[in-house]
Amino acid sequence: MFRYYLKLGLFSIRKNPVLSALMVAAIAVGIGAYMTIVNIDYVMGGNPIPQRSDVLFHVQVDNWSPNEAYEEPDKPPEQITYLDGTALLAAGKARRQVLSYKTGRVVEPQGEGERPFQVVSRATSADFFAMFDTPFVYGGGWDKAADDNEEYVVVINRETNERVFGGEDSTGRTIVMNGQPWRVAGVMDTWDPIPKFYDLNNGSFETPEEVFFPLSVAIANELGSWGNNSCWKPSEGGWEGYLQSECIWLQFWVELHGAGEKQEYLSFLDAYVESQKALGRFPRPMNNRLYNVMEWMQDREVVEDDVGVLLGLAALFLVVCLLNTIGLLLAKVARRSDDISLRRALGASRSAIFAQYIIEAGMIGVAGGVLGVGMTWLGLQGIELLYGEFDFIARLIEMDWTVIIAAVVLAVIAALAAALYPTWRACAIQPASELKAL
Amino acid sequence: MLVMKDISKVYRTDTVETHALRQFSLTVDEGEFVSVMGPSGSGKTTFLNIAGLLEECSGGSYELDGRDVSGLSDNERSRLRNEKIGFIFQSFNLIPELDVFDNVDVPLRYRGFDSKERAKRIDGVLEIVGLGSRRRHLPSQLSGGQQQRAAIARALAGEPRFLLADEPTGNLDSQMADSVMDLLQTINEQGTTIIMVTHEAALASRARRNIHVRDGQLSDGEPELHVAAQLA
Repeated sequence: MFRYYLKLGLFSIRKNPVLSALMVAAIAVGIGAYMTIVNIDYVMGGNPIPQRSDVLFHVQVDNWSPNEAYEEPDKPPEQITYLDGTALLAAGKARRQVLSYKTGRVVEPQGEGERPFQVVSRATSADFFAMFDTPFVYGGGWDKAADDNEEYVVVINRETNERVFGGEDSTGRTIVMNGQPWRVAGVMDTWDPIPKFYDLNNGSFETPEEVFFPLSVAIANELGSWGNNSCWKPSEGGWEGYLQSECIWLQFWVELHGAGEKQEYLSFLDAYVESQKALGRFPRPMNNRLYNVMEWMQDREVVEDDVGVLLGLAALFLVVCLLNTIGLLLAKVARRSDDISLRRALGASRSAIFAQYIIEAGMIGVAGGVLGVGMTWLGLQGIELLYGEFDFIARLIEMDWTVIIAAVVLAVIAALAAALYPTWRACAIQPASELKAL
Repeated sequence: MLVMKDISKVYRTDTVETHALRQFSLTVDEGEFVSVMGPSGSGKTTFLNIAGLLEECSGGSYELDGRDVSGLSDNERSRLRNEKIGFIFQSFNLIPELDVFDNVDVPLRYRGFDSKERAKRIDGVLEIVGLGSRRRHLPSQLSGGQQQRAAIARALAGEPRFLLADEPTGNLDSQMADSVMDLLQTINEQGTTIIMVTHEAALASRARRNIHVRDGQLSDGEPELHVAAQLA
């Protein structure tokens, strides 16, 4: 009977093209508006590293001023000092740990007539690539010995490799940056975690850096941070003084498996802070935190409250569209009461009429969903048109299959929900009520 | 076969109570061809609606094919309608967007027959009503007489025990009306019980028995015999 009801649904849609088109349009517009915002929320709040997000922890220790919290309510600083970062890194108490910060270099291609260009860079310890599961086209990262020996090794991204080496396997070759030769250890494949969880300081939706090299080399070369830098008391004494200061400017992550390891690491942090308090640092009460990737993004409110409000408004708009659909469906049922009455007289049960009309509503829902996907795409294009000057917008308006399928499924569910009352009314039509002369 | 005893039907609104049938009793035996006559508003339609299980009665008892149908659920009434009763309407009531084949198919679909069985039955009844060559025509492509034949085919396809016809020739010219009546008589002779409402005495005379309804009742104590005697 399902195919029969599909056929009847097609007949009905063809018989009432205007009403049907209005219903499809009402659902499509509602779905389009709602899914546009859902898409943005989904991209913003997505898990950038689902395979490892539960074992990666962002480390916070509270070295801030005794007079005020870094951020209310009593939150510790979001970054770490060089002093603490290097101490925790050297302790090596986690399975892996990575200390890094954002900086920049100028690449000087050696070909004739080629012009230097600037690359956003990340100075990092060796575990970065293994911890964050970065993909490689050629080669790989460097080892701890390279960190310790301040080796001039570098990982470049695919685009930089394309630009400097024409896309060839460049591992072992030399790239010159700011007049210094660096050995290419690896070429990173396209890697685009959204949000950029490992460093949320300069926009959560920035693209990853183009070049990565050892933190030890960056420090030896006195490469300043291109990211945020906050101090609660002045830093004095030049670069060395800055490294010993209470200024926060690095990100520290550790890899821990299971609650036991996490608890052990927290105890280690407590002991570390106690030792620093004994030296006159850390004037605030103990306030160490370990957040995994999703907890960290929640803490940093990567998905802003505004999106929640927009989501609510879009949902309300969808409801209004569905109310319109209910009205249109009621009109359709009223127009077809003679058909329903006749079918009832010829032996159709109420459930048969229900199935016929609910399947027809499902067909309208599918059509509305497909059109709704188009509307969502248009909505996202509209957002790009309005806010296109911000680079991260392009990353927020990407649509994937999950969103497309969700739009169609939601449209079908919405259409079925909207059809319940009109279909119930259809089922209640008595067989004798609309038949002329019987 | 069809036994109604003291059937009453009352329509109520906030202000008005209308007694469409009162103390209505009738027995129709298997194979009969009964015509029902009466003025407008006399209760003929209500009688047919109750007989066809399209409406429930307010009081009295009704047995169809040996089964008491009062108190049946809506689903059971639908199933009985589908299996035991065929309807022929004055205005044909064909579904305009479906062709003749698919119109005849409607009650068979609800009966749950497989496609082979349905096709066999549809082809068979279309041959009987003389529309074998018109199976893929839409109702709008047929004459009034042909449309009524298609409606009769639809009523017959499920091989019902009863055919209920309300003014089956009311929308047809006399020539077409005759041919439809010939067809009904043939069907009756093959064993199907027919109850037909009509205003025309000439058509009523082609039935084997005539009854008369007035003010929701058979017109006197044994009206069917009386009317039949008069017509004879």
